[in-house]
Amino acid sequence: MYNKILVFLEQRNDEIKKQSLEAARKGFQLSKELNTELIGIVVGNEIKNLNIVSEHGLEKVIHLKNSKLKNYSSTAYSKLISDFAKENNFNLLLFSHTSMGKDLAPIVAAKLKAGYGADCVSITFKENNLIFERPIFAGKAIMNFSLNSEFKVLTIRPNTVSLTENGYNVNTNVEVIEVPESNLDLRSLTVDYVKSEGKIDVAEADIIISGGRGMKGPENFYLLEEIAQLLNGAVGASRAVVDAGWRPHSEQVGQTGKTVSPKLYIACGISGAIQHLAGMSSARCIVAINKDKDAPIFQVADYGIVGDVLEILPVLKEELKKYVN
Amino acid sequence: MKIVVALSHVPDTATKIKISQDRKTIDQTGVSFVINPYDEFAVEEALRTKEKFGGEVIVVTYGNDNAKESIRKALAMGADKGILIKGETNVDTLTIAEALASEILPLQPDIVFCGKQSVDYDSSAVGQMLAELLGFPSISTVVKLEIDNNIIKAEREVEGGIEKCESSLPVVITTQKGLNEPRYASLKGIMAAKSKPIEEKFFEVKQNRLVVNELRLPESQRKSKILGTDATAVPELVRLLREEAKVI
Repeated sequence: MYNKILVFLEQRNDEIKKQSLEAARKGFQLSKELNTELIGIVVGNEIKNLNIVSEHGLEKVIHLKNSKLKNYSSTAYSKLISDFAKENNFNLLLFSHTSMGKDLAPIVAAKLKAGYGADCVSITFKENNLIFERPIFAGKAIMNFSLNSEFKVLTIRPNTVSLTENGYNVNTNVEVIEVPESNLDLRSLTVDYVKSEGKIDVAEADIIISGGRGMKGPENFYLLEEIAQLLNGAVGASRAVVDAGWRPHSEQVGQTGKTVSPKLYIACGISGAIQHLAGMSSARCIVAINKDKDAPIFQVADYGIVGDVLEILPVLKEELKKYVN
Repeated sequence: MKIVVALSHVPDTATKIKISQDRKTIDQTGVSFVINPYDEFAVEEALRTKEKFGGEVIVVTYGNDNAKESIRKALAMGADKGILIKGETNVDTLTIAEALASEILPLQPDIVFCGKQSVDYDSSAVGQMLAELLGFPSISTVVKLEIDNNIIKAEREVEGGIEKCESSLPVVITTQKGLNEPRYASLKGIMAAKSKPIEEKFFEVKQNRLVVNELRLPESQRKSKILGTDATAVPELVRLLREEAKVI
């Protein structure tokens, strides 16, 4: 089994996203183990920070360029990537499991008749076989699997590959290929991106402070917002408070919200329904603050305080202030 | 307008997952199955589209006989008819998309809705794959949708914001919470659903690309250290976060 590896580098507003660099590093590790070729592929117009990939193991990058490719188009991007993979015999394709990656990779997989593995947390090479692992049921179980198809398309869960480890510096050669307009399938096109005002998304945050019913009402969430701001983190919410209309759905963590794996997750007034635990239990460190000492959230927490969040949070903010800024 | 909803029948999200003896499947004993929560938004959006433009709503699912329960639920909400495609269930996502496409393509739909992911295997892939197999474009994770003169304008939820997308028809739309508020089936709807047709088809899996080696439960190695019962425990918490966990 011989696999040439293609890593998709995602850009938004002409900048390569951090999560793609994790995919690049994963590709680099695998290319060493499989002793095979690795290249990166980026689709877009101008790319401002492409030189960054030389710190993440990519010796070669193909840049498919056209001014109409600046914004994401699932139809155009998927065609260009799958054609490139087919023509050049790249049969192991790595994407990041981001909004763009999870939209695009399945289309590429369908075009290549590939086996598909979404949201992988581990990819290893054992006994001449690629073994993948991915959480299923929002993390309530882990599936260990292989794909027996010629083409394999995988997305990698963000925050599962270290970007600080040494040993990934290389010289990068970028080949720019101008894509003729006739080759652009723009039936589906992104026309605009509206950023939520100044907030970090829960799915991307390193630190999340979440609130549940124990917050007593929407008016108390400023306590969480202040701490989130202090720690450069994001505010999350339980399903109960989203359903009650206290917080927007974009903040919901859990099986019908977002699955997150930040380095620190602080659960405030959240009892820990199984659906919520599924969405956050892979966080590196979990803190629970809840009045009810028997709340299931304490079972998955590293540190807990049994008490009223509304009394504890102002003290926590003052204490944190001593160490940050 | 010909409107299709592809839906899946999944374990209720309150289910505590147990692994079967063979270590390769989920133990289904005592597990209650429901319509995939994201698919309820798909059914609702399909019904609203029909109410606006006329036409019919056909619900298609791939699975076993039990999945009829979810089809009936969609019929009770107001869909017109159902198609159940029976086949081997522990298969790769593209095979599921191929099975759905085999029955949806002949229907020549104008628009296909499905949930942005099913809450069992969480691949978020079948909708986009189905689109590709049908030769349609797709827009995934949609929280706002407008159809105007055969042009689709949609907003999709992405990291840190909203992407505004446009597409032509026919199209596949995968639905995210926030798009609409799914209706409850009325008693009249439930009664009517009993006489609505569910056609049964069979799909033969030619190539299952997925080899499951093992399923396992995630191991938790949490300390579960209770630091106190009021705000006086806060300095110790912050110290541990800095010195022991090293996360701030």
